[in-house]
Amino acid sequence: MSVRRLVPGLGPDSFEFTPENQEWAQKQIAKYPAGRQQSAVIPLLDQAQRQMDGWLPEAAVRYVADYLDMPYIRVYEVATFYTMFNLKPVGKVHVQVCGTTPCWLRGAEDLKEVCRRKMGVDKDQGPSEDGTYSWTEMECLGACVNAPMIQVDDETYEDLTVERFEALLDELAKDKSAPKTGPQIDRQFSAPAGGPTVLKKGDA
Amino acid sequence: MVKVTIDGTEIEVEAGSTILQACEQAGREVPRFCYHERLSIAGNCRMCLVEVEKSPKPVASCAMPVNDGMVVHTDSPQVKKDREGVMEFLLINHPLDCPICDQGGECDLQDQSMGYGMGQNRYDENKRAVDEKNMGPLVKTVMTRCIHCTRCVRFASEVAGVDEIGAIGRGEDMEITTYLEAALTSELSANVIDLCPVGALTSRPFAFTARPWELKKTETIDVMDAMGSNIRVDARGREVMRVMPRLNEDVNEEWISDKTRFACDGLKYQRLDRPYLKQDGKLVAAEWDDALDIVAAKVKATEPSKIAAIVGDMASAETMKALKDLMASLGSANVDCRQDGGYAEAGNRASYLMNSTIAGVEDADAILIIGSNLRAEAPLLNARIRKRWLDGGLKVGNVGTPADLTYTVQQLGAGPETLADLAAGNGAFFNILQNAERPLILVGSGAVARADGGDVLGTARALADKVGAVSGDWTGFGVVQTAASRVGGLDLGLVPGDGGRDTAGIIAGAQSGEVELVFLLGADEIDTDQLGNATVVYIGTHGDNGAHRADVILPGAAYTEQDGTYVNMEGRVQRARRAVFAPGQAKEDWAILRALSGLLDAPLPYNSRDQLVAAMVEDVPHLGALDQLAAATWGSFGTTGDLAGAAPFADPIADFYLTNPIARASKTMAACSKQRLELTAQGEGRRNA
Ligand code: SF4
Ligand code: FES
Ligand code: FES
Repeated sequence: MSVRRLVPGLGPDSFEFTPENQEWAQKQIAKYPAGRQQSAVIPLLDQAQRQMDGWLPEAAVRYVADYLDMPYIRVYEVATFYTMFNLKPVGKVHVQVCGTTPCWLRGAEDLKEVCRRKMGVDKDQGPSEDGTYSWTEMECLGACVNAPMIQVDDETYEDLTVERFEALLDELAKDKSAPKTGPQIDRQFSAPAGGPTVLKKGDA
Repeated sequence: MVKVTIDGTEIEVEAGSTILQACEQAGREVPRFCYHERLSIAGNCRMCLVEVEKSPKPVASCAMPVNDGMVVHTDSPQVKKDREGVMEFLLINHPLDCPICDQGGECDLQDQSMGYGMGQNRYDENKRAVDEKNMGPLVKTVMTRCIHCTRCVRFASEVAGVDEIGAIGRGEDMEITTYLEAALTSELSANVIDLCPVGALTSRPFAFTARPWELKKTETIDVMDAMGSNIRVDARGREVMRVMPRLNEDVNEEWISDKTRFACDGLKYQRLDRPYLKQDGKLVAAEWDDALDIVAAKVKATEPSKIAAIVGDMASAETMKALKDLMASLGSANVDCRQDGGYAEAGNRASYLMNSTIAGVEDADAILIIGSNLRAEAPLLNARIRKRWLDGGLKVGNVGTPADLTYTVQQLGAGPETLADLAAGNGAFFNILQNAERPLILVGSGAVARADGGDVLGTARALADKVGAVSGDWTGFGVVQTAASRVGGLDLGLVPGDGGRDTAGIIAGAQSGEVELVFLLGADEIDTDQLGNATVVYIGTHGDNGAHRADVILPGAAYTEQDGTYVNMEGRVQRARRAVFAPGQAKEDWAILRALSGLLDAPLPYNSRDQLVAAMVEDVPHLGALDQLAAATWGSFGTTGDLAGAAPFADPIADFYLTNPIARASKTMAACSKQRLELTAQGEGRRNA
């Protein structure tokens, strides 16, 4: 992780939820007891990030703070704590590479190298020249069993090899919804690769 | 009560205490960084680890409550090792730049690493670098030194009530900052300098000017407001270098306002260090003898009823006693210690005191604030109310200009009409006051400093009686004074005598020529342009409003330059001590008045400060009872009048940072004031509520 800060002056001067997002935000707030609306800060920040195509400008942090009646600094703390909030613009395909031990042991460094090569930018260095890609490193994203893995938007892509990852990046650039999500090898969810090894029907 | 054994000694402690508190009670020292008695528990520095029998791991004693029968060790080899380990980790990213650090000599990290560290370093890697953060003109940051105890964060959000400091990022990248490095806005912000256990937050004005061990320390009393905050003045040679808080649970706890702390550089600038005479419209330097002769001649040539005196907000009781005696010997009744013309009944202490006492605020369960912005007028009193509010169950109503007081306030109305309405028993807040066990009614000094001030005070008093605010040992009524000299002045009776003129009368008289000679004793808050053709003798410290209008200037001593008795808003008598000598030819105020009286052939009957104090105590005995509260007898005061249609209350303080001549001469206060104006100009750009 590197130092994460809001960059004043980057992005729009003001931010406002779309009517649909307003409605959505009200529903989130309603999940919590009256006066505890701050509890909705993470979902609201996330929604703002989605509305901004993947990043969170300073104006949005202020907007969410005002929306939830919170001091700005408290929302700033949340936005910088969670690395899933991008405080700078990202590419169309924003790749989050898991770099924690299990993934690292299984080749995360190679995936990072692919990113550098293919995107021409280092992590957290903003979008590639054509705006297609950007990437960052994450702590464990909870799919260690299928390490190494990456996440793009809400989907994970697991059991990656250098070759598969390179191809995957191309596919994602064309159409984000096209590639198969989850394990990229012959494996069902987190079951053993190559099919079940125990409790097989007919086995005695 | 539960029994615990600490290092082999069994003691009884309150159930619910923490192990750390129990250790302290047993007289065992436990090192700590993040823990602070007046802040919530964070438990993040781990310096307070102790060994608890049957517990598999060392325990953070600040965060762990005691259990009955607990056996705690603070001196075992294990604890020693734990502390060394924690210390080593804390120092991993610490720059160890003590030789160039202003905290050096009074640094918890330095002291505790000497006491509990292992005395060597095994860390060879690069240390992390952290950018300095802007926090405004008062707090300087060197963020590589921060150990992330979060005391500053907790102080700002809990005590000051302004959420403006936070920790962004996490893990190794955690950094303390304000939102986009905005300047701090709280009136109490600089207390984080004292709280910061390392040199991460230090005093910007004091930066690199002195080492703590070369300073002469004088315990004294602050005069920037009427709290009577207990302070320590640190001086080097003739210069006041800094002001620090002293502990007084009944008054300022351990905090002081930014003005108390940082107006002290104003003692260096704009000083009147020799007498001046006005010649051809210009002030020219003069000798003491000449200046005094001229004043004496003028006094002799003037009818007593045409001589008048106004006392400023920072005068000590001794000074006022001398002035009172001088005026009496001249035969003039035109004397007033209320520059703002605030209504008060000098013989009736309950009419001008904060009767509930300052600490008593913590017992109140409903508070009505009338015509006062407490955050500007008495920031520490306001912090007390906030503390009480945080405990829960406190209702606060406000009549006057709405302000962000850092706690929830019901805005009831803008002016005296609302007050009259409440006093008539109307409104929901009347019921709240009436049903409260200990209601408290606070009247701002600005609310009584108006033509209908007597009516306001009388109506508020009637309301207090009606809701039962005064019963048994509870007097839920107080006037929040803003001038340090005011209560002392009223105790001494520095109000117009029979047929005498008050401040407004003196100014009007000077305008019309009925008053020919005006003594201004450090009085700079009146409109000095309105003094007509009267001869003005200014006795004071700074080239401020009064001195600019003066015909004769007699340089006096500031609060750090003479001993003096002050009575704070709750009636507590405290004595300020001289920390340094007055500059140049300036003299102590009483000595000036004494010298003048000699030239008038009516020498004041005291030749030394001790004799003056004795005379003062003889006059007003309770002024001799230091650090004590002489309770006032509750009675009837104020006037009754129709408040319908009266103008709304206005805030008496336009700029918190510039309320007196010392503060106005201070560059630090000027910077704060400018900073605040800029923030206001940016509008609600940032919100900390
Ligand atoms: S700046 Fe000082 S008080 Fe604040 S967290 Fe760092 S060490 Fe603690
Ligand atoms: S370590 Fe990569 S998902 Fe857990
Ligand atoms: S003092 Fe106990 S953890 Fe910091």
